[in-house]
Amino acid sequence: MTTTILDPTSEQAPATRERVGRPESLAGLTVGLLDISKPRGDVFLDRVEERLTAAGATVARYAKPTFTKPAPADLRHEIATHCDAVIEALAD
Amino acid sequence: MVPPTEARVSRMLEGTTRSPDEVVVLVPPNLVECPVEKVAVNAVMAGCRPEYLPVVLAALETVCTDEFNMHGVLATTMSVGPILVVNGPIARQIGMNSGINVLGHGNRANSTIGRAVQLVLRNVGGGAPGGIDRGTLGHMGKQGFCFAEDEDGSPWTTLAEDRGFDRSQNTVTAFCGEGPNLVMDQLSRSPESLTRSLASSLRTAISERVVLGMDGMLVMSPEHMSRYRDAGWDRARFMAELTECLMVDTDSILGGVDGVEEGLPPEFAGHRVPKFRPGGLLVVHAGGPAGLFSAVIGGWKNGPGGSDPVTREITP
Repeated sequence: MTTTILDPTSEQAPATRERVGRPESLAGLTVGLLDISKPRGDVFLDRVEERLTAAGATVARYAKPTFTKPAPADLRHEIATHCDAVIEALAD
Repeated sequence: MVPPTEARVSRMLEGTTRSPDEVVVLVPPNLVECPVEKVAVNAVMAGCRPEYLPVVLAALETVCTDEFNMHGVLATTMSVGPILVVNGPIARQIGMNSGINVLGHGNRANSTIGRAVQLVLRNVGGGAPGGIDRGTLGHMGKQGFCFAEDEDGSPWTTLAEDRGFDRSQNTVTAFCGEGPNLVMDQLSRSPESLTRSLASSLRTAISERVVLGMDGMLVMSPEHMSRYRDAGWDRARFMAELTECLMVDTDSILGGVDGVEEGLPPEFAGHRVPKFRPGGLLVVHAGGPAGLFSAVIGGWKNGPGGSDPVTREITP
């Protein structure tokens, strides 16, 4: 006699995508900096912006409304649309 | 772990009048539609009896809300998780424990309802430890943390009544919290002394330097409650007196005070503020009949930018 065990999971598999290739140079690229809104994250990102700008990148700054929730879909879309690369920063 | 066979899941589904294919919630973090049957599969695995299923379903309806913010509760490095308090006649009907060892092991309903909720979050929602669940330390309650309030033994209104329900209603309240911390006071005989004593422990919830931004839960034991019963204090009187005892001079918790860098920024100097925001301390009566101990459970970031306690009615 066969016993059937039911699946406790969502029975879904995440879609996989190839990562975008690592850029050879940052010169001329737009790099998004996403502040997750933890205290002093801006201090860290200010310094990162200085370094990126010196490397020839254009920096676009973004912030999540709160660090406790995922970035809103509109914000993710805006970053994906306008940026060639993104750096998400956590700091305390 | 109980294997979820078709027969067991079918039997589990007899515990609710809801259709097996009814979608109960979108389960974070992956926001997966979760039908009643999928909850039943996980409830079998957790060891639930069919009559527990309505509580599991209602508990999921509390935690899978924007207010409770289960995604954030999973993702935070703070070691917190959903703590579920059941009120109403159903607690007795399904044999939940509100007495001896109430926050511990030894009762099937208490042990398995919270476990079933956690399994749904992991198996259906994808909130696996080390994946989206990033708790630095975690706590044992993240295996499942569910208990009932001792309503009959309390002279006070219940947690559910305090949150707008009546005693005839079956409810579950979800609070985002850490593990319980014991508070010992074996000598206070007056309600005034015990209130000051409880406040001294509550002030240290999460950190004595955290005020207003995080909620708390106080699980008051019957023997501690007897001090208030004997003195004729009701919940409102206790909360008013406790709130006054929980006022904090910000100068004492500024960064740098006593050589500790953690603390409030200097611009907060010179104020007197409450430890908890209004309504930010949940008080529940539970525990064994003997023992002058209560428990403090610290919370997580509260409000729209964090997690708010949520209460839902349990329906068949």
